[in-house]
Formats: sequence, structure tokens, C-alpha cells
Amino acid sequence: MEPVAVRARALPARRKSANAVFQGLCYAATALGLTALCLILGSLLYNGVGGLSLRVFTEITPGPGSQGGLLNAIVGSLIMTVLGVAVGTPIGILAGTFMAEYGRYARITPVVRFINDILLSAPSIIIGLFVYELVVVPMGGFSALAGGAALAIIVIPVVIRTTEDMLLLVPNQLREAAASIGAPRSVIIRSVCYKAAQAGIVTGILLAIARVSGETAPLLFTALGNLNFSLRLTSPMASLPLTINQFASSAYPEWQSLAWTGALIVTAAVLLLSIAARVLVSKRSG
Amino acid sequence: MSVSASSTPALSGAATSPAVVQQSATPALDKIRIENLSFFYGQNRALKDITLSLTENQVTAFIGPSGCGKSTLLRVLNRIYELYPNQRAEGTVLLDGEDILDPKQDRNVLRARIGMVFQKPTPFPMSIYENIAFGVRLYDHLSRSEMDERVEHALRGAALWNEVKDKLHASGTSLSGGQQQRLCIARTVAVKPEVILFDEPCSALDPISTSRIEELIDELSSSYTIAIVTHNMQQAARVSDHTAFMYLGELVEFGETQTIFTAPKQKKTEEYITGRFG
Repeated sequence: MEPVAVRARALPARRKSANAVFQGLCYAATALGLTALCLILGSLLYNGVGGLSLRVFTEITPGPGSQGGLLNAIVGSLIMTVLGVAVGTPIGILAGTFMAEYGRYARITPVVRFINDILLSAPSIIIGLFVYELVVVPMGGFSALAGGAALAIIVIPVVIRTTEDMLLLVPNQLREAAASIGAPRSVIIRSVCYKAAQAGIVTGILLAIARVSGETAPLLFTALGNLNFSLRLTSPMASLPLTINQFASSAYPEWQSLAWTGALIVTAAVLLLSIAARVLVSKRSG
Repeated sequence: MSVSASSTPALSGAATSPAVVQQSATPALDKIRIENLSFFYGQNRALKDITLSLTENQVTAFIGPSGCGKSTLLRVLNRIYELYPNQRAEGTVLLDGEDILDPKQDRNVLRARIGMVFQKPTPFPMSIYENIAFGVRLYDHLSRSEMDERVEHALRGAALWNEVKDKLHASGTSLSGGQQQRLCIARTVAVKPEVILFDEPCSALDPISTSRIEELIDELSSSYTIAIVTHNMQQAARVSDHTAFMYLGELVEFGETQTIFTAPKQKKTEEYITGRFG
């Protein structure tokens, strides 16, 4: 056979042009995705930065036609996100631990995994309706608790998935090594497996927080929203996404401007969380 | 180096002779007695009616081609196989006369008594110090200074102390492969087991690290009963007092290492040792 350099020279022109076309398409697709992202971020900055002021963080949402801030929405978002994550994370970690450790060979585990994947991709408005029936109706009204519950249901599958995946990445040799010095199963999981999977599990939780802090649909039927400042968990509560939804579709320029600013704040928060997650992952692999 | 003095007789294969003398002076005890042991991976029978004994404070080597069941046998002795489903042992394994396969035996306590060192070094994702303290804490409640002492003692025992004494709080995974394996040995020794199982402890190591581990096994054999699985026949000849040759899940021949390597009774053993198969 001729040396490869000679054979390569004889490559049909079609192969070369096909290569060029595919390469071009790849670049174009990447450019398209990046352009969309840049436009979104750009318009957020363009429309949102103007409204950023101390007032946004110190005053509550105004009535139509007057000035105000987003304090109640920001605080409401924080409260409900914390509620959702505080309830959803332990459940998610425990279920993920069951699937990867105690129940790894159990017949129910693939079933749980399948159902969890469905939950993971379930439209969040359906979760909102579910919690409406389960919490709002029996409690006789919309509440921050119901909002937190809806967010928890969104957190759970995300955390289950990452916890299971990260624990499955822990090599069995490590479990055997821990077992071989007499460590019982619970200690192996807590002291060795969790430690090895730590960064990944924390990343999963951060991503779950990022996900729920931007959710609107599950809060529509649960927390409802509130134009006043409220810390009562049994009352309707404002949140940034809900406020954005309400204000952006209103006819008042003050509200529209606040909606842009709120969108900017949510995006910046999610971006920061994602960066934190990235840093943690690179630390783990580094 | 001081270690070379103790390892020289082992390297020349003459380590068995003092052991034999010792054996005739005081009758050697069977630390572990395996009787009619069979093992199953699902339907697949991996061990067939194995019967043999591990002598106290001596090294027993298991040799044989891949898949002959030697690692499986080791994994029965500390019941580590129970981490997985569909694996099952039948027969009797007596540790100091007690059947360890009895489900009533606490497998975690058993594993603390019978330590194991694996083929690939497996430091835990924690500091060097914690790698050792972790196992000690499971069964002993020591004060801070007692723990420091125990960790140092274990690291010295594994000939690692001088290399790590200034970075005890560095990650265990930051060590080299050979150091990691010695850390694993230190970790095992720190729990104060009675028996140590070595499952091909040198197969992932370079020759220098290998000879250090071999010296270590030689030193450890004065206080522990040791079983070692190895693919390296020179290694078996160097470090062990007794050798078991296994083939297709059966124990073909078992005896003093010198006899096995110089005058094997079975044809299969001779063929394997001389490299005609396996």
C-alpha cells in the first residue's frame, strides 16, 4: 500500500467538500446558539440595568403608576427557594443513596429511576396543579408553604439523579477497602462514598437551586404572588418570577421596567450559582 | 539499608528453613482452617471443595492462572463477597476454631480481625492521617495523643512514616502508587487485625515499590498470619512459607513453598511453575 500521505492526496474532492459543509454547519449552529444567548443577556442588561438602584432592594412592589422596588419579591423568592431546597434536598439525597447503595441491585431501583426521570421532565405547571389540589385546597388558600412544596417537588428529581450518578461513579474498590477494615455499610456511605461524591452532589443541589429560583409556573397556583410584604408562610407570597410575569404583561411603564430589573437579578443569581457549580466540578476532577 | 538484612534470606528462597525449624520446635497453629469450601457466582461454581489451613504467623501464597479462584478464596475469608448479590459460599471456614461463615458472626468485626489489601491502591478521599484514623475509630476510642501514636506506629510499620511525617494532612491520593499501597497496608495494620489478606498487592506497582512491599510482608509475617494471592511466582517463592496451587477452582497442590517450587508432586503444578501453561 502507498504511504498515507500519497493516499490522502488522492482523497476525492467530494469528501473534502462534505467535510467543509459539515464544519460550516457546526460553526453556524454554535454561532446561532451563542447569538441567541448574547441577545437575551444583552437586552436584559440594556433594559434592566437602568432600573437597578438601591430602591429595588429596599422598597416593595409599587401600585400601578407609582415608584417602588422588588423587596417583597426577592425575599419571597429566597424564602420559597430555601423551603423547597430544605425539603427537597434531604429526600433527594436519601432516595439517591438508596438507589446507588442499599438498593443498587434491587428490582425496584430501575422502576424508581424511570419514574424519577419522568418527574424530572414533567412540565412544572402540572406540579403546580398537583400541589394546588394537595395543599392549597385542603389549607383553604394560597400560601408560601404550598409554593415551597411545589418547588421541593422540582428539586427532588434533580437531586436524586445527581446523587445517584455521583455515587455510582465512586469505584467499588473504595467500598470494599472500607468494608475490609470493618466499617459497616452506613459508615462506608457516610464517610467514604459521600466524601468521594461530595463535589458532584453539591453541584446537583446548586443546579436545583438555580432551576427553582427561576420557576414561575408551579408558583402560579400555589404561592399566587403578593403585592405587599409578607413573611407569613400561610399567606400568599410574592416571588421574582411571578412578579416578572405580572409586571411584564402589564400596561404600566414602571412595572415593565421593574420586570426587566427583576429578570436581570434572577439571571445574575442563576449565573452565579452555575459558575459556583462549575468551579466545584473542576475542583473535583482537578 | 537495614531492611536488606532481613529480606536477603527471603529473596534467596531460604526463608522456609528457619520456619521449618521453628515449626518442629513448637507445633504451628492453624489460624484459619478451610474445610470443603465451595463458592458460587450465581450458578457458576468458582471454588470446588477447598480444604487447607493457614498457619499462624506464616505467609501462605496462592498461585494459579487467572480465573482459578484464588482471589475468590481470599474474598471468602473476610466475607467481602457479601457486598454483592448472588454470591454464595458453602462449607466451613474456621478462624481460631469459630466458623466465620455462620450468619450469626458479625461480618464487620470479622473484617476488622481479617484485614485485606487490594490489587489497586485504594486510599480514601481524606488526609493521610485520616485514612488511618478512620479505621481505628471504628472500634477504638482513643485520645488525640493515643491516636497520633497509633497512626505513627502504623505508618512506621508500613515503612511510610519517613516519607509522609511532614504532610500527614495532605490528601492520601496525592501519594505515589507505591506509597498509596503502603498507606493501605498501614491502614490495615492500624486496626490491629490477626490476619492480613493480600490480593495481588504489587501487580499495579513498579519493581522498586514491589520489593518494598515484599520486604514489608516479610516483616509483618512475624506478627500476622498472612495470605497472598500473586501472579508472580518468584514473588510467591520469595515471600511465602506455604504455597497453594489452584486450577479451575480446585486446590491442586498445597505444601511448603520450597517443596512446591523444587519438587512438586502434581504434574500440573510443575507445568505451571515452569511456565508451560497459565
